[in-house]
Amino acid sequence: MSDTVLTCTALRKSFGEVRAVQGVDLELRARECFGLLGPNGAGKTTTIEILEGLTSLDGGEVKVFGLPPGDVAVRARVGIALQETQLPDRLTVQECLRVFRSFYASGREVDQVIAQLELEEKRHARVAKLSGGQRQRLALACAMVGDPDLLFLDEPSTGLDPQARLKVWELVLAFKAQGGTVLLTTHYMEEAARLCDRIAIVDHGRVIARGTPAELIASLGAPQVLELVTEPGLDDAPLSALPGVARVTAKADARVLHVADVTVTLPAALELARARGAAVKHATTRDATLEDVFVHLTGAELRDA
Amino acid sequence: MPEAKAQTRSALFELTRMRVLETLRDPGALFWVFVAPVLLAVGLGLAFRNRAPEPIRVVVADSPGLAAALRVDPTLKVEEAGLEDARWKLRRAQADVLVQELGAEVLFRYDESRPEGRTARLAVDRALAVAAGQRPAVPQRDEKVTEPGSRYIDFLLPGLLGMNLMGSSMWGLGYGLVDARRRNLLKRLAATPMRRRDYLLSVLLARLIFLVGETVALVTVGHFAFGVEVQGSLAAVGALSLLGGFGFAGLALLVAARTASTEVATGLMNLVMMPMYLLSGAFFSASHFPDWLQPLIRALPLTALNDALRAVINEALPLASQWPQVAVLAAWGVLPFAVALRLFRWQ
Repeated sequence: MSDTVLTCTALRKSFGEVRAVQGVDLELRARECFGLLGPNGAGKTTTIEILEGLTSLDGGEVKVFGLPPGDVAVRARVGIALQETQLPDRLTVQECLRVFRSFYASGREVDQVIAQLELEEKRHARVAKLSGGQRQRLALACAMVGDPDLLFLDEPSTGLDPQARLKVWELVLAFKAQGGTVLLTTHYMEEAARLCDRIAIVDHGRVIARGTPAELIASLGAPQVLELVTEPGLDDAPLSALPGVARVTAKADARVLHVADVTVTLPAALELARARGAAVKHATTRDATLEDVFVHLTGAELRDA
Repeated sequence: MPEAKAQTRSALFELTRMRVLETLRDPGALFWVFVAPVLLAVGLGLAFRNRAPEPIRVVVADSPGLAAALRVDPTLKVEEAGLEDARWKLRRAQADVLVQELGAEVLFRYDESRPEGRTARLAVDRALAVAAGQRPAVPQRDEKVTEPGSRYIDFLLPGLLGMNLMGSSMWGLGYGLVDARRRNLLKRLAATPMRRRDYLLSVLLARLIFLVGETVALVTVGHFAFGVEVQGSLAAVGALSLLGGFGFAGLALLVAARTASTEVATGLMNLVMMPMYLLSGAFFSASHFPDWLQPLIRALPLTALNDALRAVINEALPLASQWPQVAVLAAWGVLPFAVALRLFRWQ
């Protein structure tokens, strides 16, 4: 029995002049959470909707459980949360779930899903009256009520407040812990880092890097970051020459030093500032994130790329 | 709550239930399906209810002797005026005929295109003859009748029934589908193993349920408020309503087959329905339109439905006598439906 749940090779899709997906290869293994991380407009939604069988492809090949995407046998085994599903406003949570449950020959009990997604209190509430987080949980419940082996989640926590986002993350992790496989898209690097075993960073319809979050961050060659604001500003050249500095970039009026070890670089940087007569307004140290990987690869930031 | 356990049944049942609940919980939809047609029937029924016959209004210009002779006839309402004043009353349709003595002649002045004018001229002529001592050539007797099924409300109700079946099928089904597509609900459903024909069937079934309700409501109100009797068979009325409802459902499905914009759908629906509101004889007989338009008018589903409903409700004709109308309705049920299924887009 193969451990591969989904493969796609050389996936291409254009909408008129816009080449949304330009040759994406992916392989999804059983029981992993795989993330497509990239800015809005990178082609993530197009890619996931092709894999879901909702959008036709122009070129390439997709196999889900060894079958073409959208095959009825595939649809019976996957659960889907679209980026925006507006479920019927005038139905209650329980009524919605009953409708979705009726599409699956076998699946979970509606009551069990309601309990699991903590929608018990809202069981008889109309969809229109739910908060954003509750709605997203209901969308997840509708995706899970068929007891899927594979979940497709398009931007599962976009627009949610931090607490609701944590709840969604918990539910995704619980699904994975029970042996489920997840493919999600996100433009939150924190979401990708928290949920995903492996990530493909997508930009302009192409995968520009892939690996585990740790591998991607390690590929920077500088696992830590020092952000420095001085008055007046310091030039890149002397900063680059400081011990342990791999690269210097700019962010607003801060110099961003990508370093091997902040405990080595920080004293040297403060010394440099003193020597140049510059006042240190602000100095922050942190671990490198997927955001830094993205910025390094594209020169743009995730959110506004 | 009685349902401790949320049971699930077949997808067709659950989808139909979803559709019915959505409509029942939408006050706007309920109003347009059930309340609006009844209000319309009540309003028009009151406006056009049968009243005592209008008197024939005669204005006599500067001829007192003539006026006195005409006042003997109780069906005439005689008024005297100066010539200018009398002409003005005629122009304003405050009088049906102007009568004036000109030497030995009597002058009638009236608008020949108004039936009231022609009737008034004849009535004055007859009153003058009676005043002159003439008797009818043969003995005569009047028997005044109001045939059941011949009042305006009798004519109106089947038309309202037909119009309402069209409106509620088009809006209820078409608009709902387009809105579900706009909200990505159709796309989400298409991503499940749901059989797509179950969804479309559920939409039709839900329509059927409301169709029965609205037809019963209108027929009942017609019966109790205005004494409109179904002269023919109730089963035939039911069958025609179903057939009509199915026809308009096909049309609605076609209109809603592709667009995800409710504005576009609204425009298309008005485009389809407006000619039928005008031409299909809901408020007045479609036979008033010129002959060259008649083949087109007869081919419209609402005309066929209205004509067949009137034949059954007002004239007690059997359904079989309405086979051309039934054939037109059936064609409208099948063809757009088949095309719509081919065109239908889930996102």
